Amino acid sequence: MAKDFSYEAVMSRRPEIMKASVGIDYSLFEQDGIGFDYERMMKETGYTLAEMQEIQGQTGVGNTPLFEMHNLTALARKYAPKGKGARIFIKDEAGNPSGSFKARRAANAVYHAKKLGYKGVIAATSGNYGAAVASQAAMHGLKCIIVQECYDSHYVGQPEIIEKARKCEAYGAEVVQTSVGPELFYIFLKLLEETGYFNASLYTPFGIAGVETLGYEIAMQFREREGKDPDVVVCTNAGGGNLTGTARGLIKAGAVETQVVAASVDLTGLHMASDTDFNRKSFTTGHTGFGMPFATNPDRSDVPRSAARSLRYMDRYVLVNQGEVFYMTEALAQLQGLERGPAGNTALAAAFALAQEMDENQIILVQETEYTGAGKHIQAQLTFARENGIDIFFGNPEDEVKGKNIILPEHPSMMKARDVDMNKLRASYIKNIAAKAEDKVLLEEDIIFLVQETKSTEEFVLAEVKSLGYQVR
Amino acid sequence: MKGSDFVIRKGTWVKIEQQVLDNTQRAPQLPDDTKKVPFIMWTKGFLVEDAEMKGDATVETLTGRQVSGTLMEVEPSYEHDYGSYIPELIRIGKDLRKELWGGDING
Repeated sequence: MAKDFSYEAVMSRRPEIMKASVGIDYSLFEQDGIGFDYERMMKETGYTLAEMQEIQGQTGVGNTPLFEMHNLTALARKYAPKGKGARIFIKDEAGNPSGSFKARRAANAVYHAKKLGYKGVIAATSGNYGAAVASQAAMHGLKCIIVQECYDSHYVGQPEIIEKARKCEAYGAEVVQTSVGPELFYIFLKLLEETGYFNASLYTPFGIAGVETLGYEIAMQFREREGKDPDVVVCTNAGGGNLTGTARGLIKAGAVETQVVAASVDLTGLHMASDTDFNRKSFTTGHTGFGMPFATNPDRSDVPRSAARSLRYMDRYVLVNQGEVFYMTEALAQLQGLERGPAGNTALAAAFALAQEMDENQIILVQETEYTGAGKHIQAQLTFARENGIDIFFGNPEDEVKGKNIILPEHPSMMKARDVDMNKLRASYIKNIAAKAEDKVLLEEDIIFLVQETKSTEEFVLAEVKSLGYQVR
Repeated sequence: MKGSDFVIRKGTWVKIEQQVLDNTQRAPQLPDDTKKVPFIMWTKGFLVEDAEMKGDATVETLTGRQVSGTLMEVEPSYEHDYGSYIPELIRIGKDLRKELWGGDING
């Protein structure tokens, strides 16, 4: 009898499809109650740092250069109080084979797929990760399918995503595109089942562990060059894997004093599953539409337990506006001679503002850049925005209305990084996760889990769960 | 229709469109505007049989899968670009150089 590939039938087979396509039995790490053993999962299913460096090195991934942004630092100091204005650095991850840090995640995932004997890999992504998986699949001789949400219902495509499709195809991958909606997940599951390929999810332990080399390299490069670790590392934050992997790598290098800051483009108010909002966003990643839900509910991804758990490592979370990131992208080109981004420059826009709070002798690092190209370019994105009726003008970025206008700062001194209340984020995470508890009862190990997951204290977690009406046994 | 200009030959690289879910079958949690429209998938491949534009077609994809849908584009290519002239970008460059180095350099 032919297998039932209807929407309901495929979605109901989700657990078995997942298990067969990732090769991990996630149930092994589940604990009684709501938690699971994250570190054990990372240890038993991931790779050691040395193994990852070896795997990535074989395909030319990693060891990207550090650049000091002398001119951006000088500019930031003009607006900082006397003695303030940290040195701004970037790690030029655009130098990776597929043009972004995602090559690190893909290198491990595809290597692992090959080792387990899969004939091909599939990833659901509209971002740089698609090209990264396609590039790695090309090197390992595996087949590759990338599924991306690309067009609205009128077949108008986001230029940035179209460019990413082109890049995947350039590496020989098959690209399946969809209109707007979470039902993409159905296509993804169906393809996994139909082909028997490996699920090169962004959120597996090997994918996240692949980013640990980035954090480790940062510490080593700074120690060699400056004799110390950077004081602050800013990560553009969407699904949380970039921040999680980088922070874990820094910790493995012993850089425990380094503050890890998340930065996202603020797209509050635009609905991520809205057909009409789809092309009113000028950023397709690095924004709050991913950053917030994934921070406060990481297991919403395409694997049962996401290895990207940003709240475990985040010291601070700041938001910038679209106009500020575009402005900074132009500043990077005009003052530093580097054309990168634009989405990858989210952390740079934040760093420009954060540097002004820090002492002159301190160091702030933007830990990634991404390639730029047709469609995936400030000019292409601003043109597309104008075509979609978005007003673009100079003014105070504070007044930006998402989906209506993009306000470029009238003056560079107007660039700001706006703090998200970390305790509100933690409380939101606790509310989401505790809801899985039966009969409103939490176990003692659930509390320990929640403390680790939110990088907070037992006192904080207990106060939160009690206010939500949970009993602790 | 054989020999007609409207027939796209077997083996041609094309893009097809398939309606995966109609607007009554869409996920319940969606915002209203998305619920009103169908969920569509686009796939590229080589035509398995001759087909007509806007007609039914089956393709073989790069990974060897067979997918059916409506033929919408023949020999699809990329036309995305660097956009139009954005005057604001030139102003940013001029402002920043003046701010950092004064009025003399490219000011």
